[in-house]
Amino acid sequence: MAQRLPISRRNLLLGAAALGVPAALVGCGSDTPAPGGTASGNLGTVTIGSNASDEIPKRSLESQVKAFTQATTKINTVDHNTFQENINRYLRGTPDDVFTWFAGYRMQFFAEQGLAIDISDVWREIGADYTQAFKDQSTGTDGKQYFVPSTYYPWAVFYRKSLWQEKGYAPPATLDEFTALARRMKADGIIPIAFADKDGWPAMGTFDILNMRMNGYDFHISLMGGKESWTDPRVRRVFDTWRGLMEFHQPAALGRTWQEAGQSLAQKKTGMYLLGMFVAQQFPEADLDDLDFFTFPEVDPAYGTDSIDAPIDGYMLSAKAKNVDGAKALLKLLAQPSSQNIATKLDPGMLAASSKADTSGYSALQKRGAELVSKATHIAQFLDRDTRPDFASTVMIPSLQTFVGKPDEIDPLLASIEKQKANIFR
Amino acid sequence: MAVRTRRYSARDMTVLVIGLGVAVIVNLGLIWAPTLASIGLSGTDWNGIGPIEWVGGQNYHDLSAEYPPFWSAVRNNLLWLGFLGLVATPFGLFCAVLLDRRLRLSRVYQSALYMPVVLSLAVVGFIAQLVYSSDYGVLNAVTGLTVDWLGDSSVNIWVVMVAAAWRHVGYVMIIYLAGLKAVDPALKEAAAIDGANERQSFFRVVFPTLRPVNVIVLVITVIEALRAFDIVYAINKGRNGLELLSVLVTENIVGEASRIGFGSAIAVILLAISLGFIVTYLSQLFREER
Repeated sequence: MAQRLPISRRNLLLGAAALGVPAALVGCGSDTPAPGGTASGNLGTVTIGSNASDEIPKRSLESQVKAFTQATTKINTVDHNTFQENINRYLRGTPDDVFTWFAGYRMQFFAEQGLAIDISDVWREIGADYTQAFKDQSTGTDGKQYFVPSTYYPWAVFYRKSLWQEKGYAPPATLDEFTALARRMKADGIIPIAFADKDGWPAMGTFDILNMRMNGYDFHISLMGGKESWTDPRVRRVFDTWRGLMEFHQPAALGRTWQEAGQSLAQKKTGMYLLGMFVAQQFPEADLDDLDFFTFPEVDPAYGTDSIDAPIDGYMLSAKAKNVDGAKALLKLLAQPSSQNIATKLDPGMLAASSKADTSGYSALQKRGAELVSKATHIAQFLDRDTRPDFASTVMIPSLQTFVGKPDEIDPLLASIEKQKANIFR
Repeated sequence: MAVRTRRYSARDMTVLVIGLGVAVIVNLGLIWAPTLASIGLSGTDWNGIGPIEWVGGQNYHDLSAEYPPFWSAVRNNLLWLGFLGLVATPFGLFCAVLLDRRLRLSRVYQSALYMPVVLSLAVVGFIAQLVYSSDYGVLNAVTGLTVDWLGDSSVNIWVVMVAAAWRHVGYVMIIYLAGLKAVDPALKEAAAIDGANERQSFFRVVFPTLRPVNVIVLVITVIEALRAFDIVYAINKGRNGLELLSVLVTENIVGEASRIGFGSAIAVILLAISLGFIVTYLSQLFREER
């Protein structure tokens, strides 16, 4: 993995000079003309830059595009993380017409730089298929739409029904009940909350949900946008509450990956796990029916459980697109419920973004997930998608890891985050 | 020495210009230009897309005063250098000396010690995870400990350096072994006749004759310490106690973050540290030649 990255200083400098890196990386992608997509209509060729490098998402995109008859399509697949890390240079170099990306701040960031095309006209046609929350997440700071949502997955607290029945646990509705339940689990010899943060991002989920429960969605988004101070007493309270819960978290989290923590939940060593629905991947097929979840309990009645993290994946149109008409036609197809159902059928951890999508084929878990999201007034995109990428990766990841390692030193940590924030959001 | 004026024919000149010119262009284009560009960029704020904004020494202030990973990276790089130089390299020499004594099965030991060298450090990183993981790692399973070797930021750098040294020892050993084989046995014999014991004959006679090898090993050790990257990146992307300057540069510049000015400032610091060693080494070398 590391070898693919330029590692010497000189290579880095070359990269900084943006010499040919985007071209080289795109060249690395496999050029797969979509099978069956050759029956071209009158709109020429549409190219798609895809980060769907894993087996299932890749197959899913290929099958969705197969139904597109108005133009020939060509999918350039690039490794998921590589695609993400090189998005800047990719969009400034020779991007494909349509590219896979994320909703929310991450989309707005590139729209603001003029690297994406306004697709409000597409939204006039597809708008009725989406709820307001999805439309908001597809809208740039200028009020125009730049993004077509395809699939998403909610974050919630997952548990095994059989274990909970056996021990007589019930999903808690408030933080006090949650703490009481955790205490009971501890007494029963089970680690209450599975936890892992070796990769740096999973702890963001815990911060997000606590902040939204305690200070509300609006404060959370404004904090993510760099408009609030991290030394604010409200932020301090969040870390304080989290510190109080630390004794129930699985210890040694910084050396563990989420997959290992997911395994511990599957093996009933841990009682519950706050994670995205993709935790299902760690469960063997036979145990999938035993997996259930509840939304993180209420902390402040003023906000209840009105917000959740549910990152949305979808498509955007690059500013340098050569075939704008063809690309817009393709976006309309990808917004179709039938296209998104292909994805939800292939990947049980995903839900269709369109409200017209057919949910009859959903698994029990998918149905519960869709229900959870439909009840939420606000949908956040997860910390690293709701704020500047440089702030998330170079400040928040090390800071949250520091907190997980030493939960008692909150004040110096928050002061340090605030100082670094000031350097980035200037 | 008689001074003779040399005349170059047109052909000589062409050959000279092409031969030297290509080298100079490659040197300037691939080494000097990026180096100077990065020094220049280190005084700016640039996200790779928008306009480049000059901020002077701001980046250096930010990273030394307000960026906690920076100082742990400097500390780790120096630790790395110290550990390889003072522990791994002498141990490699020790192994070479033992193997040079033609022990039984010395070929087997030699291969066993040299084996890790063919592995990339990234692979060593994956192996280290199998050994040190707190839940499924071999070390905890065998010893019955529950230490979070890779997650605890006060111990992880040490165990990772052990893993890196595992590879470094073999490398150093093979170089010293070659050097030892080239030492004239007559020297040792003469020392023995003069009444030197084993230790004296090694430190007073054999080791000094290994001087050229020592220089090579020293350079390799310094290079290995400064370019360390892949092993920590494979383990946890160089975070939480495993920060290294090379990782911070990558993290800031190459990733989606694109803090190009800030990352360049870190790169310049790494350059300054490297230059310190390179200049010392070269000045030593030139002094001897004179």
